[in-house]
Amino acid sequence: MGNFDLLMHGFGIAITPMHLMLMVGGVMMGLIVGVLPGLGAPNGVSLLIPLTFALDPTSAIILLSSMYWGALFGGSTTSILFNIPGEPSSVATTFDGYPLARSGQSTRALTLAFMSAGFGALLGVIVITLLAGWASNFALKFGAPEYFAVYFLAFAAFIGMGSAAPMKTLVSLAAGLLLASVGMDSVTGSIRLTFGFEDLLGGISFLVVVIGLFGIGELLSTVQEGLRFRGVASKIDLRDVFKTIAELPRYWATYIRSGLIGIWMGITPGGPTAASFMSYGIARSSSRKGVPFGTGRPEGIVAPETADHSAGSCAMLPMLALGVPSSATAAVMMGGLMIWGLTPGPMLFATQPDFVWGLIASMYVSNLIGVILVLATVPMFAALLRIPFTIIGPMIVAICFVGAYTVSNATFDLWLVLLFGLVGYLFSRLDYPLAPLVLAMVLGHKAENAFHQSMVLSDGSLGIFFANPLVSSIMIVGIALLVLPKLMQHGSRLWRRAPVE
Amino acid sequence: MTKTKTGLLAATALMLAAPAFADFAPTRPVEFIVASGAGGGTDNFARTIQAVLTRDEIVERPIVVLNKGGGSGAEAFLYARQNEGDPHKLVFGTNNVYLLPHVAKLAYTVEDLQPVAALALDEFLVWVKADSPYQNVMDLVNAAKEAPGTIPFGGSQSKDTDETLVALIEQTTGADFKYVPFNGGGEVGVQLAGGHVAANVNNPNENAGQWQAGAIRPLCVFAPQRMAESEPVSGDMGWHDIPTCKEQGLEIESYQMPRTVWLPAGTEPEVLAYYQAAMQKVAESQDWKDYLAKTSQSASFLTGNELAEFIKTSEANAVKVFEAEGWTAQ
Repeated sequence: MGNFDLLMHGFGIAITPMHLMLMVGGVMMGLIVGVLPGLGAPNGVSLLIPLTFALDPTSAIILLSSMYWGALFGGSTTSILFNIPGEPSSVATTFDGYPLARSGQSTRALTLAFMSAGFGALLGVIVITLLAGWASNFALKFGAPEYFAVYFLAFAAFIGMGSAAPMKTLVSLAAGLLLASVGMDSVTGSIRLTFGFEDLLGGISFLVVVIGLFGIGELLSTVQEGLRFRGVASKIDLRDVFKTIAELPRYWATYIRSGLIGIWMGITPGGPTAASFMSYGIARSSSRKGVPFGTGRPEGIVAPETADHSAGSCAMLPMLALGVPSSATAAVMMGGLMIWGLTPGPMLFATQPDFVWGLIASMYVSNLIGVILVLATVPMFAALLRIPFTIIGPMIVAICFVGAYTVSNATFDLWLVLLFGLVGYLFSRLDYPLAPLVLAMVLGHKAENAFHQSMVLSDGSLGIFFANPLVSSIMIVGIALLVLPKLMQHGSRLWRRAPVE
Repeated sequence: MTKTKTGLLAATALMLAAPAFADFAPTRPVEFIVASGAGGGTDNFARTIQAVLTRDEIVERPIVVLNKGGGSGAEAFLYARQNEGDPHKLVFGTNNVYLLPHVAKLAYTVEDLQPVAALALDEFLVWVKADSPYQNVMDLVNAAKEAPGTIPFGGSQSKDTDETLVALIEQTTGADFKYVPFNGGGEVGVQLAGGHVAANVNNPNENAGQWQAGAIRPLCVFAPQRMAESEPVSGDMGWHDIPTCKEQGLEIESYQMPRTVWLPAGTEPEVLAYYQAAMQKVAESQDWKDYLAKTSQSASFLTGNELAEFIKTSEANAVKVFEAEGWTAQ
């Protein structure tokens, strides 16, 4: 039986009144969870797990995954409106989404984000439908050196093309790597950089840092600039939504490129956050003319959102077929799977076709529901920016602190938010880029572990990163991405200079 | 005279009427502190208990699960120390509660927590790739003796249960493996199926999926007797068909990981009795038996002296390994 027949069978399971209700409910809950920073999808899904014991596994996974999709959509909202990423994977959306919203086009920014997200998710599900068996075999080829190569590639794609001063980028990157190494190291088991603070034992939470850097940091800058958001005068019109949808086909190249990056990072263990950064970096480097990235360019929203969602959907595949979750939320869902008595593994597709294909079919439906629901909320969310700063400002402060507290219920994190708020403010005043720091925090620890494991395996020889065609080709692409843009800059400068001389 | 008599009678009646655990009942929501990230084995353990306690109304207050998995779980145990005497907090862990302070310098000792119960034992097995040349565990050990330090052995975390077991095998047999730590059991399972490591010592449910698919196979289990009868998992082989390591000539009688529940130190004895009784009801419920069967863990309910005895032996055995490896943090 072909995958297509199985998918049709899955639709038969997924489209029942009960399941449709679960999907709408799940997406709505996810939206709320995603909008509140800190209370991200992993927390939301784990809160729901005990409730799912009363459901059969297929209904349970439909509810949980719908909530995940909802949270992914919701996470972009606060990124765009307030520069506070609701989810780690929507950090890259702030770079262009927030400037665009501030320039009075919040409706356009939100619509761009949601449509791209929906497109990315669709692309991801199609890949799962068509390539389920092949993709999980491909993922098996990834050992420690290959993992490192993928992380290296993500770093290279984002950093090599940065426009900020190289030294400032380096400082920001190094600060991120330092922050990522706080806590217990899983390869050696030793405790690093905690300076005797027990609260630092678990490391510094990435989300707490991001809430401080972006949310509080941005607020401080706004205060300095005269206590108001620039987007106040934006008019809200449902027609803007449709106008934006009409301009989407213009970005087809960005869509396809970002979708592919997302699929790649979702299947191999890079995850949605890495995918969105990498996709943003590559979109920036391949753009030719128009307003620069970082000032509200549409491609700067399309690229990270498409990649984020296609990676998010594709991450379900390694979870089901290999038992390896490539995002925190997938890890929680996998825990649910085991409690429901299902063993993730290559045989799950054969032994539990109703469950697997019901889930895959539900991904089509619930993402569609998600897009419709979020588009309906666009005018409402965009209207938030019309509220005077004196009212919304204190609310943002409250949301930031509540969000940071919910990450791990630790009061220590509240101090960290304040501290990183100041850091974020100083960084933006002094023109240090924040993105390399964030990227280093997300991937630094994983990259370090993979490097360390590779070194254990190879007895300390770097040759292991070029030991087979797979790992060497990823490494070579990474090195090229890191070096070529600079070389090309120099090259074109020489070229231009030549006639003058 | 009659007054004293009535008084005495009343007192005796009261003492008889009130069972020990009724003296305490939670007055606030109960916090379950999980010493692992969301989705891990300890997390599932705590959430299953939460579901049973809530659904069967054994604990009548809401239960909130908090994950504090930082520092291999040390975050959760430090939290217990900071909340000394709080009867509304339960900590969920494994043997890491009493083993961590031996290998890492931490600001808590095992005296900062009091054991409530152990509810299950998770088994350890030696697994190899399906097409590997090793047919039993001694083949693998002998290969490592012939080529010391070259056979990569995957496990989750460092100086944790997996590496301790590998070190124990090395100390028992004189073999020398190359231990590679990964982040979790699932990841190690895939590394084995992909052929990036030669063997691992995963728990049954961490590797069941790959075994089912025929990508890897078990060599032996570190238990005094074979595992409980089960449906066939892979081909016609079930869990009970796996020989014990001792049968194959590896002199390690047993190596099992308890799933444990703790209270912060300094609570009243009634509090301990209340939670012991609650856990007893969990262990007797059908949901719990289903959970054990689905995750292939062995049932084992220990409290009081039995539990203290178990912890003492398990701790002493592990510390012997730590000392021989030079891991003890002082």
